[in-house]
Parts: sequence; C-alpha cells; structure tokens
Amino acid sequence: MRHTITLLVDNESGVLSRIAGLFSARGFNIESLNVGETLDPETSRITLVTTGDDFIIQQIIKRFNNMVNVIKVSDLTDEVRVEREMVLVRMDARDETRAEILRTADIFRAKVVDVGPKSYTLELTGDKDKITAFIELLHPMGIKELARTGTVAMKRESKLTKNKGEEK
Amino acid sequence: MARMIGAEMFFETLIHEGVEVVFGLPGGYVLKVYDVMPRYSDRIRHVLARHEQAATHMADGYARASGKPGVVLCTSGPAATNTVTGIATAQMDSSPVVVFTGQVPLPYLGSDAFQEADHIGITRPCTKHNYLVRRTKDLPRAIKEAFYIASTGRPSPVLVDMPKDVLIGEDEFVIPDEINLRGYKPPKKGHPGQIKRAVDMILAAKRPLIFGGGGLLWSGASEELKELVHRLQIPVTLTLMGLGAFPADDPLFISMLGMHGSYAANMAVHDCDLVISIGARFDDRATGGNFAKFAPNAKIIHIDIDPATIDKNIVVHCPIVGDAKEVLRQMLEMLPAKVKTNRKEWMGQIKEWEKKHPLAYKQEGDKILTTYVIDTLSKITDGEAIIVSDVGQHQMWVAQWYRFKYPRTWITSGGLGTMGFGFPAAMGAKFARPDKMVVCVCGDGSFQMNMQELATAVENKMDIKIILLNNGHHGMVRQWQTMFYNCNYSASKFDVLPDFVKLAESFGAIGLKARRPEDLEATLREGLSTEGVVLMEIFVDCEELVYPMIAPGGAMNEMILGPGDAVSGMVAEAADMA
Repeated sequence: MRHTITLLVDNESGVLSRIAGLFSARGFNIESLNVGETLDPETSRITLVTTGDDFIIQQIIKRFNNMVNVIKVSDLTDEVRVEREMVLVRMDARDETRAEILRTADIFRAKVVDVGPKSYTLELTGDKDKITAFIELLHPMGIKELARTGTVAMKRESKLTKNKGEEK
Repeated sequence: MARMIGAEMFFETLIHEGVEVVFGLPGGYVLKVYDVMPRYSDRIRHVLARHEQAATHMADGYARASGKPGVVLCTSGPAATNTVTGIATAQMDSSPVVVFTGQVPLPYLGSDAFQEADHIGITRPCTKHNYLVRRTKDLPRAIKEAFYIASTGRPSPVLVDMPKDVLIGEDEFVIPDEINLRGYKPPKKGHPGQIKRAVDMILAAKRPLIFGGGGLLWSGASEELKELVHRLQIPVTLTLMGLGAFPADDPLFISMLGMHGSYAANMAVHDCDLVISIGARFDDRATGGNFAKFAPNAKIIHIDIDPATIDKNIVVHCPIVGDAKEVLRQMLEMLPAKVKTNRKEWMGQIKEWEKKHPLAYKQEGDKILTTYVIDTLSKITDGEAIIVSDVGQHQMWVAQWYRFKYPRTWITSGGLGTMGFGFPAAMGAKFARPDKMVVCVCGDGSFQMNMQELATAVENKMDIKIILLNNGHHGMVRQWQTMFYNCNYSASKFDVLPDFVKLAESFGAIGLKARRPEDLEATLREGLSTEGVVLMEIFVDCEELVYPMIAPGGAMNEMILGPGDAVSGMVAEAADMA
C-alpha cells in the first residue's frame, strides 16, 4: 500500500541518510521525498512517500520514532490530508503548439515562469494525479525538460472532507 | 570555567561521567588525547588492547558485567573499521558501548586523507546514534549525550567521532547540566491500562509461562521477577541472553528455550496458554523461527522497552512498552494481596517432560565430552564465577549445563554470534568485577580470532581463566554438516593448530592440558585455583553434537533429540533456511 509519512526532524547533517538507511536496509524504495526547514530553523519537515507491506512500514515508523534526531512521525495515509507537488516543465514551443500550450496551462491554472523564442517554462502545483494529467497532456507537444518535486502533505484541521487527499 | 584543549575536555568529561576504564589503542589523529592521558592516569585506567575489535569487545564485556557503559578509544580509518564488529555485537545484544574515534582534521574530511574513513556513515546502521563533533566547545555536550543515549532506554552503542583539530583546539570547558533531546524520550513506566489487562490475563491463565530475555538483566529486574513468579507460581524459561536473571536452582526454573533449549522448556512454550515475555525479542534462535507455529494455544504479553520490538516477529495480544523493572513493580502493585493458584497439573506436565527427555550426557570411553567439562566447571565453581563464552557448540553447552545463579554472570554474543568475542569480553568483565572469578570458555576456532589479547591480559597482570575446548574443528559448522549436509565436512577441520599451552607460555601466561576424562577435574581445579592468566587446553571429542535441536524453521515442539532422530523432511528444509 502507498504511504505518506511526515517526519519532524533535527535540522542537521546526516539525518536524511539515517532515514533513508532504514528503507535501503529493508530493500524498500522511496518514491518521493521532500525536505524543508520549518518555522523553527532547528527543525526540518520531511515528507516521504513509499509503497510496501503495511506491516513492514509500521516497523519502519517505529524505528523512526526510536531515532534521536526524529522528533515526531505521523503516517498520514489514513488521515484526511492535503497533498501537493510542484512541477516545472520546459516546453518545446513552436508556432503550431505555442497557443495550445498556453491554453492547457490556463486550464490547469499553471503559470508561465520563463519565456524564450523556442520555449515556455510552466509551473504547476497540485496533487499527484493533477500533475500527472498535466504532463500527459503536454507530452505530445514536446517536453524538453521536466523537474518534479516530491509530495508535501499536511493533515486537515477539519475532518469534514471525506475524500482523503483527493482534493483538486 | 576553565580554558582547555579538546583532548583535555575529553578526559574531564569522562571523569565527570564516572568512567574508570578506557579500552583503546593509539594512532595518528588521537595522539593528542594520548599525549595528555598520563595526567589523568590516576583517575582513568587505560588498557592497551592489541586490536580495536578486541578493545570494543572488552568494553562490551565490561558493560555487560557492570551494567555501566564500556568505553573504547582509538584512531581513525582502519582502527574505526576494526571496531565495527564489536559495535554490531554490542548493538544486537543491547549493550551500552561508547566508542571514541579520532578523525582527520575537518578541512580534510572527505578528501581521502591518510587513514580517513567515513566513521559516521559506516557505523550509522549499527549504533543507536553517532556524533561528528565539529567544534571543540561541543565536545563535552556530545560526550554527555553519548553516555545518556547509550545507557538509557534500550541500551546500545554510540560513537563519537573527534576530528584532530577539535581535539587540539582550545575553548571554555562547560559541561551542560541538562540534556534536552527533543527526539529522544526513553519510556520508563508501562501504560497502567495495559498492565491491568496483562494482570487479568495472568490471573485467568491456567498454563502461564515466563519467557525472559536479556532485558531483565539490563533493567536489573531479577528481584521483581522472583517476587512475581513466587507469588503466582509461574514456571520460568529464559532465552540465551536472559540466563542468570532467574536462579537455575529455583524449582520453577525450567532451563533455556530455543534452538538448543531443553525439551521441557520448548514443549512448555508450545503448550502454554499464556506467554509472558519480558525483555525478549522473539528472535528466530529462541522461537525456532517458525513464527506461525509459535505457541499456538497461547495469548502473548510482551513487555519491552523498545516499541520497535513489539509485533516485529510475533504479533502479540498485550504489548507493554516500558522498563522491565518498573513494569513488574506496577504489576506487583496491582496484584490482589492473596492469589490462589492451582499449578499442579501444569507443573506436573512440565516435570513429566523433564523426566521424559532430560538434558543428559554419558562420559565414557577415552575422549572427553564438552558437556562433561561444563558440568564439572559448574559443580566446581557452584555458579559463583562469571562465565564468558565464545560462539559455537561450547556456547550452547554452557547455556545448557552451567547453572547460573546470579544476574550478569553469563556473558555471550547471542544476537550477532561473534566468534572471537569471548576472551576480550572476559577481560572486560574482569575489569568490571575484579572480585569475581572470570572464566572464558572458548573453542579452538574462536580463540584463534582474538588470541593476541593474551599479551594484554599478561601485561595487566590479570587473574583470568581460559578453558579452551579443542576439538580440532569449527564444531558447530561440523554439527550442521553432520545433520544437514550429509557429513560433507567442507573446510571445518583444522589441519594445523598451535600448541595452545606453548602459545600461552610464550606470552608469559600459564598453560595446562587435559587429554583424558580422568584428568579433567584435576586440571580444572588446578587451573581455576592458580592465580594469573591461565589457559587450560582440553582436548574434546569432535563427534559430540548439541541436542536437543530445533531445525531452523521448525516449530518448538519439533525437536531432534539425539542421533538417529533426524526428522527427514525438516532437515532438507532446514538447510535452506540456515
């Protein structure tokens, strides 16, 4: 099963490699990973997405909790949450596709962040499905380069929204 | 507040932490530490080991015998990588060892400098935590935290990497009063609700069984265990790591369980209706490794300080995360003043199993059996010695035949199964407990892995006994080849072995030999009563096998009890399971 795990950790060298080490020791792959400083510059937030046996992921989470540098761990998988990714796409923008690229960007509410004589660079934020759909539509028009972030996630304050993480 | 250099801060902080002995070996990047060391030699003793792996086992043995962290000091690169086997050994058996390594100066980190290795990266998976100290003034805090982390919660090794410029740099020396680690809050007391549930389960059980492990020893919970067991009349079996936590001469003790556990203990685990596991982790060597067939009729209570052990191998009904001593105290408080128990049937059944297949040997013929050696050693020392073993057949026979009376009198590498552990760990134990007789029981194979430490033992004028059981083979390898590999004795026989008595004498130790059964007792008595480093080389029968044996992957009631009792299907499967 796919799991979204968020960790609050000490913002110091080596922490990420401790976290990653637990996955490699089990032969697990990390699908996406995002690290950034929090309001407190001494801590970082790691959001990690992985797929694997639930039982083993529970074991890994317990081991995270045992780590001296890990302050808090939550598995958001069963929580009502917001998940977002960001993607930067540089498009091959020739005369015949320039308009269509902008139209697609507009539909997805993507931003044009760089323009060149033969290219557009687009920025889009959304959940995994939205980003994937956007890329699929752009693909036939010629993607020159693509950079995609990992997922960042946060538990929703209100539990009224039932469609877990399906927000668009 | 005083100004001093990092190397001085190192010793000042160690003294502050109550460290009395450091096991180490000098080299390039820690030379400043060794340079200032003579000024502290009245307060901290340095034991010069001949190999860093052995130094780490010494610190480990010291920790296991005393309950206090053992300390290692060495340089970078090969010295640090040499400690890795020792660190991994300590980690698997939850022993608090703090390793200090020298490191290249900070500006050279990652430049493939002479004797540089990534100590932090290499030891990350086998330590509870590790530190690369970047500023001289951070050294006291890092050391203090290292000791705190190593010795609290589930004890484990911690490494502190000290670059040379940090050691020679000067700063104000301040030891922080408090430790505040936001991500590290080791549990102490168990959850009262869970403990209440456990107590109800225990009171309702008809065939309860205590399954005790090494956690009982680290927690110092033996007295609480005795009280609980005696009040409720529950039989006790212990894992290899737990031996000594409950006295072997108590009528409620039913010996060790597991791959080479007694028939009665393994049958009791299989048949009981409640397993009360305390400080054990359901290792495959303790459970037979067939987790699906483990205690099929039982509910399981699992008391452990490490939440990550809960549900790891076996899914349990009532987990309690906490320190064993604290949890047992909480349980005792919750018990009704008078508990009526009827264990007649259950204990009767266990006694029957004990009678049916007792641990037994028959010393006849002209070859000495190892079981006879250990039984005799147990009788002579009467459980008063600290026994440190190496790894292999002899280790299992000590576990079966030595009747341990007290906690911390049995030291062995259980989890990692590190050959070469025994002798240096025995030395560490002797430094921790100079008042006790310390006996290292080892094989010819394992002793050869760290025999250079004879020099260290003689140099320190130690009073330590080595019983070297020479069967000319890697005995346990040979046993597996006999049982699971059609007697194909590939690479398990030694064509050349040193004369161990002469070897001992060349180091200035005393050597004794016994070849015939009738000489054994006299040799042991002479060796054990002679002061100094005494090696007793006992020639034993290589044909003797350890029984009972659960083939790997087998259930606990499926034991091979003796030659000719091989369970055909199981054996083929077993070889694959390893």
